[in-house]
Amino acid sequence: MASNKKYWKSVEELGESSAVVDTLRQNEFVEEIPTDEFLGDKETLESSSTTRRDFLKYVGFTTAAASLAACEGPVVKTIPYVIKPEEIIPGVADYYATTIADGFDFANILVKVRDGRPIKIEPNKEVGGATNARVQASVLSLYDSQRLQAPTANGEKIAWAVADTAIIAKLNELKEAKLPIVFLSGSCASPSTKRLIGQFKEKYGDVRHVIYDSVSETGALDAFEEMYGTRALPEYNLEKASVIVSVAADFLGDWQGGGFEIGYAKGRIPTNGKMSHHAQFESNMTLSGANADNRTRIRPSQEGMVLIKLYQALTGGASTTEESSLNTAILKAAAKLIEAGTKGVVLAGANDKNAQLVALAINKVIGSEVINPAVTKNVRRGNDAEVAQLITAMNAGEIGAVFTYNGNAAYTLPNAQEFIAGLKKVQLSVSFSTSDDETAAAVQYALATPHYLEAWGDVMIKTGEYSLMQPTIQPLFDTRQYQDSLLKWMGSDQSFYDYLKDSWTNNVLEGASWNQALHDGVFNSPVSDVTVTAVDVDIDAALKTLGEQTNEGEFELKLYSKTGMGDGQMANNPWLQELPDPISRASWDNYLTMSKVDAENLGVKNWHVSNGALNGSNVAITVNGISEVLPVIIQPGQAVGSVGLAFGYGRKNGLKEDMQTGVNAFPFYKGYTTTQTEVSLKLVEGEHEFACVQLQNTLMGRGDILKETTLDTFNDHSLNPKRTWNKVPMVTLNHNEVEATTVDLWTKFDRSIGHHFNLSIDLNACTGCGACVIACHAENNVPVVGKAEIRMSRDMHWLRIDRYYSSEETFVGDNEFKDNISGLLGKTGSVQGFKKLEDPSDNPEVVFQPVMCQHCNHAPCETVCPVAATSHGRQGQNQMAYNRCVGTRYCANNCPYKVRRFNWFQYPENKEFDFNMNDDYGKMVLNPDVVVRSRGVMEKCSMCIQMTQATILEAKKEGREVRKDEFQTACSNACSSGAMVFGDINNKEDKVAALKDDRRSYHLLEHVGTQPNVVYQVKVTNKA
Amino acid sequence: MSHYEAPIREPLIIGKKSYHDITLDIARPVEGKANKLWWATFLVALAAFLWGLGSIFYTIGTGIGVWGLNKTVGWAWDITNFVWWVGIGHAGTLISAVLLLFRQKWRMGINRSAEAMTIFAVVQAGLFPIIHMGRAWNAHFVLPLPNQFGSLWTNFNSPLLWDVFAISTYLSVSLVFWWTGLLPDFAMLRDRAVKPFQKKIYGLLSFGWTGRAKDWQRFEEVSLVLAGLATPLVLSVHTIVSFDFATSVIPGWHTTIFPPYFVAGAVFSGFAMVNTLLIIMRKVVSLEAYITIQHIELMNIVIMVTGSIVGCAYITELFIAWYSGVEYEQYAFLNRATGPYWWAYLFMMSCNVLSPQFMWFKRLRTSIMFSFFIALVVNVGMWFERFVIIVTSLHRDYLPSSWTMFSPTFVDIGIYVGTIGFFFVLFLLYARTFPVIAQAEVKSILKSSGEHYKKLRDGNHE
Repeated sequence: MASNKKYWKSVEELGESSAVVDTLRQNEFVEEIPTDEFLGDKETLESSSTTRRDFLKYVGFTTAAASLAACEGPVVKTIPYVIKPEEIIPGVADYYATTIADGFDFANILVKVRDGRPIKIEPNKEVGGATNARVQASVLSLYDSQRLQAPTANGEKIAWAVADTAIIAKLNELKEAKLPIVFLSGSCASPSTKRLIGQFKEKYGDVRHVIYDSVSETGALDAFEEMYGTRALPEYNLEKASVIVSVAADFLGDWQGGGFEIGYAKGRIPTNGKMSHHAQFESNMTLSGANADNRTRIRPSQEGMVLIKLYQALTGGASTTEESSLNTAILKAAAKLIEAGTKGVVLAGANDKNAQLVALAINKVIGSEVINPAVTKNVRRGNDAEVAQLITAMNAGEIGAVFTYNGNAAYTLPNAQEFIAGLKKVQLSVSFSTSDDETAAAVQYALATPHYLEAWGDVMIKTGEYSLMQPTIQPLFDTRQYQDSLLKWMGSDQSFYDYLKDSWTNNVLEGASWNQALHDGVFNSPVSDVTVTAVDVDIDAALKTLGEQTNEGEFELKLYSKTGMGDGQMANNPWLQELPDPISRASWDNYLTMSKVDAENLGVKNWHVSNGALNGSNVAITVNGISEVLPVIIQPGQAVGSVGLAFGYGRKNGLKEDMQTGVNAFPFYKGYTTTQTEVSLKLVEGEHEFACVQLQNTLMGRGDILKETTLDTFNDHSLNPKRTWNKVPMVTLNHNEVEATTVDLWTKFDRSIGHHFNLSIDLNACTGCGACVIACHAENNVPVVGKAEIRMSRDMHWLRIDRYYSSEETFVGDNEFKDNISGLLGKTGSVQGFKKLEDPSDNPEVVFQPVMCQHCNHAPCETVCPVAATSHGRQGQNQMAYNRCVGTRYCANNCPYKVRRFNWFQYPENKEFDFNMNDDYGKMVLNPDVVVRSRGVMEKCSMCIQMTQATILEAKKEGREVRKDEFQTACSNACSSGAMVFGDINNKEDKVAALKDDRRSYHLLEHVGTQPNVVYQVKVTNKA
Repeated sequence: MSHYEAPIREPLIIGKKSYHDITLDIARPVEGKANKLWWATFLVALAAFLWGLGSIFYTIGTGIGVWGLNKTVGWAWDITNFVWWVGIGHAGTLISAVLLLFRQKWRMGINRSAEAMTIFAVVQAGLFPIIHMGRAWNAHFVLPLPNQFGSLWTNFNSPLLWDVFAISTYLSVSLVFWWTGLLPDFAMLRDRAVKPFQKKIYGLLSFGWTGRAKDWQRFEEVSLVLAGLATPLVLSVHTIVSFDFATSVIPGWHTTIFPPYFVAGAVFSGFAMVNTLLIIMRKVVSLEAYITIQHIELMNIVIMVTGSIVGCAYITELFIAWYSGVEYEQYAFLNRATGPYWWAYLFMMSCNVLSPQFMWFKRLRTSIMFSFFIALVVNVGMWFERFVIIVTSLHRDYLPSSWTMFSPTFVDIGIYVGTIGFFFVLFLLYARTFPVIAQAEVKSILKSSGEHYKKLRDGNHE
């Protein structure tokens, strides 16, 4: 509304006409500028020294300066919003709840979106979400510039409309011809998609849906169906378990879809004097085996026998009498299970119905509470038999059309060649794919689909838990969701978003808010309390069939999926390629793992070249008639007579050259079983160069680096931990023995004011999964350096997970061995003794120790930097001022923990390092809160200072104190096992404050006197 | 001015030399034409220097990654070379300053070249702290320069900063001391020069020396004062260099014995280098009359003594490591001797501890060929000493997970060879343009220590 109010500055102005006001209005300057006075004064003008020549100089100079100033620097395209979306504030991150369900990994996640770009995956902890390394890394795959960017027909780009017309015509043709249309997909667990395919079936008649898993769990699904009636996987709550016996089930890896580490770790932290006991029978050294209290090596073909003997021992049947270490171990495990009663559980790894039936039967016999048959998981639904039938039918020309989605069948199927041949025989083959993979190359139409971060969808990971998938960015490429395509082909003009929303409103939400569900990411529909009862199954028959498994071959092959690569769908992800395998610590490769005994027999060697890098012999392996040449890593803990090989490598299609690493193991995956018994090995010429980040595998008896004790000792409260199992080093000060940690050269300053950050790492809970390593990569813009540089020992990981093997049977044995070394020469002398300690035992104990900058309060790096580029923060962090760093590397030399990383080269925007930082798309994942370091500067863990500062600022803005446990770092946030706890020790409510003073807490290398802000919790083992 | 010298002392100037003979002998290399051997050596040295220069530019242009270093071994050949060259640079000042204070007249024959060598060696040494930086273009950050950032200052706790001061002080004091001594000799060359350009240049270099009594008086005074200033530097420079290691927390570095051990090692290697250079030079420019067997013998004795001190230090280190009872310390030394770099340790021990012991034999220490050979061996051994200290301590320190190995690249080697080339380029140019022996000083002892005059005086007429 217009105002009639009049404002005046003086009384003069109030009057309508005032001479003063008029004059002032006319003249800009109150006083006249004395130009005349100056120019008219001839003398002044003449005395001015500006001559014509000077004038020309000035003109010349100003022109040059003006034109120089007009020169542009490199143009960086930054386009401001014309109309700013309401929810986007530049510099402020938004979080969206969504779900990953790529057929291999399933997780409820939060996506951090900065200025419209998803840059980080966090677990959606409010709904119990957890992330592994691959889920953490999946955000980078969004920005993969080699994705399938547009629909193609036989390799040529086409328009969507063209593809649609052709495909619809073909579909109608097939409908007429009454030829079946088959959807071949990975486990998608999407209720809406399932419904959609149902409707598609109504429209086009004979539509079948065949589900397959790249790494199959058919055996477990069939066994569960036989016993409990539903074809699904039961939920195991390992937190409840007091005894876990696993027969080749790598449940800390990808067994039955993974995600068991949360419960497992909770049970492994000794609380009230109790922790679970874990016995593992396996051939490859897996994460689960590495974490086990008792690990027994068995050949893959013995898995069945172990299960049978366990069953017999528990049912009092014909128990084993033969004296052997394996039998002792089985009986010990059985005794432990009996002792645990309903709190015991047996897990079986084999993809074999009988083995799984026996495992279920054992759990039934002991009445295990750990297994919950009422809540089932949908993360693996594949049916091997149906897949086999489909391929036969395809080759027989009985199939009209094949649509593949959520999987790369042409790569992951053991008989991929047959499948590709079959594809040629079907009339219409379509692959919905985000990546330009092997299947996309084999089909007629490769239809580009968006990455899951650009797509709508829903997933039911387990019974009653509906998760939503929502786009967090506009599709980067010309992609269309396969559900949208199906809708289009069905003649519907509805978008999948509307379809999904309708579907949820009608079937899931039951009146609850869609927006709320979308906000939470998960909607829990109440599960009716049905008690699932097991039907009687003929276990004897299962036992009998299982018992018939024998092996006559010299070698057996055990296939496994790696923590980093999984089934290989993210093979073009440099973060995952560079993630060291938690066990072998080799990156950028797959290889055969072999026991030392077998290696010696075959003449296989591993050796270090002059710069320390690991090389290994090659062997030719023949499995069921298929041969391949593979490098060998001698793996402590590998069962004699067995070799291991990881899936996920050897992909070529749609991968940058650097990423085309390793050998494809899927052709060996005959019968969808990870155990292959017809194996022969032969040493061949040539050697292989590994990129291994850890070259010394044992702890050299240095028990103070990794403190370990037994549960009994831990529970003995008469002991003073500081003098016994958590020994504090002592020094003499003024002729008195005092704890080394109390001796101080420096003047203390008051740390009780403000925040003081500490990070606690529980060695009992850390499973070594590597999620934190990738989280750190993503959060802190850590560069990827590539295989050649890793071989130079130049990995840039700010956070690494050291893995140590014991040289004796146990680490305690190592310490004793070291203590008994005396003299210089001879068998017990230092020279031979320490050489012996360098070699790991054949079946070693394994520990994982995450190490990042320890943020020492008395940091050795800080005193030696000549330019004070690294200095101590008020909140406990050891900080790096990259701008100030001149790169003397003195700090790295003087770091006892060797956590400092030097930028040997310019890593970003350097075509020598053709990874995500040299890629216009890949660069979009960079975190704008963290500077990208240039060549020649030192970098290291900052304790995610950008995150702690953001938390402080947010609290300040909201006018409140920082909440309990509100501080997080990328690693502690990603740690689903709860091993890493971050917080402020000045806030006594924070978990970390108590952990710092825990009986189990210790600092790494206490005797050096660095007083770190990272504390470790002593590992407690519960051996039987 | 000549003092009486006992007949038992060996003459320091051989033959029947007059003052003018000395002038002629010393001016000859400067005034004459270079021979083919000089040119050949110079071209080889220049080629090596250019290779080194190329390697340095490649490093600065591409990154320190072109060297063989890694996350565990952050220093290797760079700092090895640095300490090696600084060590070599110790003999000159010791000879000119300490021996001046102790009135050792034999220094006069060798001090000029020893000091030249010192300065050229320190120039090589000074290169490494700069080029080993990841961002050498920011090298000025290590200087306490006033800046607009308020309290942004260098870190005075850092031994690297102490190095900056120690090396720059040493270089400047050595340079001034050297130049002061050069003044009368430059004046001599100026006075003899016939070409106007040469006359002009030497006139400038001699700072207008006239040879008045006042000039000589001031010359003596300044020499004495500078000798007094330089003497503590002989001890302090390598002490400070050793602090780079001694003040750290790395087993094998964190050693209180380092300062004396490093100084002894520096004198040891410095004398070896002086021997290497002078044995060749005396032959090439015919100065056998001034750099006599006795000079070589005396230097060999210094090598023997300092070599033995160094040997004691090595053994003390081993003993203390064992005696400390600290497992990390013990392992560091066990690994040094028996680990993957045992061969480097063996080189170090045999070259530095064993080889100087031959000098107990008069026949060997007065043999020119053998002295030259041992001098080379000691140079090699002292390079390995620094390599052993730096690389074998770092490559296996506290956490076994970070253990790795180091292997040099062609750039590492290129830079090292390049500095040797640079050093010889400088030295060869020096030998052709500077008076290589302090002739004014030598003349002062002609009558007391010259062979001819001694014989005359002692009535030993032949």
